[in-house]
Amino acid sequence: MSVARFWRKIPQRYNLIGTVCKTCGRHFFPPRSFCPDCRRSGNVVEYKFKGTGTVVTHTIIRTASDQFEDLTPYALAIVQLDEGPRITAQIVCTPEDVKIGMRVKGTFRRIAADGASGVIYYGTKYVPDE
Amino acid sequence: MRDVAVIGIGCTPFGEKWGSSFRDLFVEAGTLALDDANLSGEDIDAMYVGNMSAGRFIEQEHIGALIADYSGLSTRHIPSTRVEAACASGGLSFRQAVIAVASGMEDIVVAAGVEKMTDVGTGASVDALAGAADREWEGFVGATFPGLYAMIATDYMSRYPLTREQLAQVAVKNHYNGARNPIAQFQQEITIDTVLKSSLVADPLRLFDCSPITDGAAAVIVAPFDRAREFTDTPVRVLASEQASDTITLHDRRDISTLDASVTAGQRAFKTARITPKEIDLVEVHDCFTIAEICAIEDLGFCKKGEAGMLTMEGVTALNGDLPVNTSGGLKACGHPVGATGIKQVYEIVTQLRGDAKGRQIDGAKIGMTHNVGGTGATVAVHIFGV
Ligand SMILES: [Zn+2]
Repeated sequence: MSVARFWRKIPQRYNLIGTVCKTCGRHFFPPRSFCPDCRRSGNVVEYKFKGTGTVVTHTIIRTASDQFEDLTPYALAIVQLDEGPRITAQIVCTPEDVKIGMRVKGTFRRIAADGASGVIYYGTKYVPDE
Repeated sequence: MRDVAVIGIGCTPFGEKWGSSFRDLFVEAGTLALDDANLSGEDIDAMYVGNMSAGRFIEQEHIGALIADYSGLSTRHIPSTRVEAACASGGLSFRQAVIAVASGMEDIVVAAGVEKMTDVGTGASVDALAGAADREWEGFVGATFPGLYAMIATDYMSRYPLTREQLAQVAVKNHYNGARNPIAQFQQEITIDTVLKSSLVADPLRLFDCSPITDGAAAVIVAPFDRAREFTDTPVRVLASEQASDTITLHDRRDISTLDASVTAGQRAFKTARITPKEIDLVEVHDCFTIAEICAIEDLGFCKKGEAGMLTMEGVTALNGDLPVNTSGGLKACGHPVGATGIKQVYEIVTQLRGDAKGRQIDGAKIGMTHNVGGTGATVAVHIFGV
C-alpha cells in the first residue's frame, strides 16, 4: 500500500475515529458521511469508538502474503464493536486461545512492514479483555 | 427480449501451464469454441472476456482489444470488452454476452474467460487474490482470501452440525469427478484422510479444502435461439441469467454464513426460468473452498441451512446422487483460473446437457445451473440452462 494511501486513513486506523448518526443512533466504522437509514434527515458527526468488542468469528492465518509472512501464524477475527459495527482485525495472543464470544479491546500496534520501501505501517489490533 | 442459446464451447486443459502464455490460452479456447459451432472469426459480432487480474499476474491491461487482436479480428474492428468481478468475472462476461444477444444489439457473441496465474510467485498471487476482498479494511489488517472463507467456516461450524469429515468429503467428491474430466487440473482421487492430513492454511481450512492456482481459458458462443440450428444440432437454451451484489467486506454481511447475493440471484433465476430447485438435474457451484460449496447448496435453495454437509456425506451430491454438484470436479479439482471459471462452468453444463460428458455423464440431464461467486460473496452470477 502506498504511503499516501495509508496516511489518508491514519485517524481511523490509529484512533478508531468513525461516525454516528445523531438522528437514529447508528454508528459507522469505517466512517460514512451519509446515513443509509435516515438519508437526507440524517445528522452524521464524528465519533471516537471505545475500542471494545466481542469476537464474532476467527481463524489462524498460516500462509500469508509477503507483507505478513513474518507474522504467521497469527489470529484474525471479525470483531463486533460495542457500538455495533463489525471490523476485521488481528487478535494479539496465543492464536489457539481466540474463541467466539471473547471480549477484546483495541491496541496500537505495528501492522506490517513493506520490505521494499522500508515503511512500517501501524494500526489497531485487539488483545483479550477479560 | 430474444431467447438465447449456447451454440459452441471450448476450454483449454486447466493446470500449471508453464509452456503457455496468456495469449496462447485464450486463442486455444476461442478456436475450440469456433470449431465447435462451425464458425469462423468472420461471423463474430462482439466479444466479452472475463479476467480478474492480468495487471497483477502478467502486468497487462487492455485485455479486450488484446484478445480480439490475437484472435485475428483486428481488421474487423468488433467491440471487445473486458469484464471484471474478481472470481465472478467469467460469469459476468457470459451474462453480458447473453444480454447483448437477448436485446437484439448483436447476434453472434463470444463470452470468454482467461487467467494466467503461475507467472508470479505464491506470495504475489495470494496478494493479488486478496484484492477480491476489501483492500483497506480486510487485506490491510492481514486477511487473506482463504482466511476470510475460514472465518465463514468457523462461524458456520459453531452454529450448525457440520463435521470436519463432512467438509473434507466435498473435496473427496470433487476429486472423484475431476479424475473423470480430461481437462481437470487434478486427475487423481483422494480420501478424507488426504484432506485431514494436509497442512493447515487458515484454520479450520487445510490445503485440500482450497482450490488451486491455475492457468486456463474457456470460451462459449451465444446466438439467438431462433438461429441456433444454423450452427449446431444441439443448441442449449439459456433459461435464466441473473446477478446480485452485496457488501464488499465479509464483516458487514447480514449473516456471515449465508451469501445473500447467492440467495437473491438464485431466487431470481428460478423465477425467470419458472422452475423450482427440484427440477435442476445438476449444478456447478463456486467451491473455491469446501465450505463455499456447502453454503452454495443451501443458499441456492437445494436444502435447508445446516443440511448440506450431511447430504454430501450421504452421496446426494455425487455423480450418482439426486443432485450431482460440480461434475467437472469444481474449482477444487478441475482448477480455478479465476477469470475463466465462470465460463468453464457453462462449458461443463452444456457438455452434460448435450450428453457428451462420457465417464461423468449424468444420464438424461435436461436442466443445469451455474453459480459463480466474486470475492466472499459481493458478486454472484447464476445461470440456468435447458434442452
Ligand atoms: Zn440515521
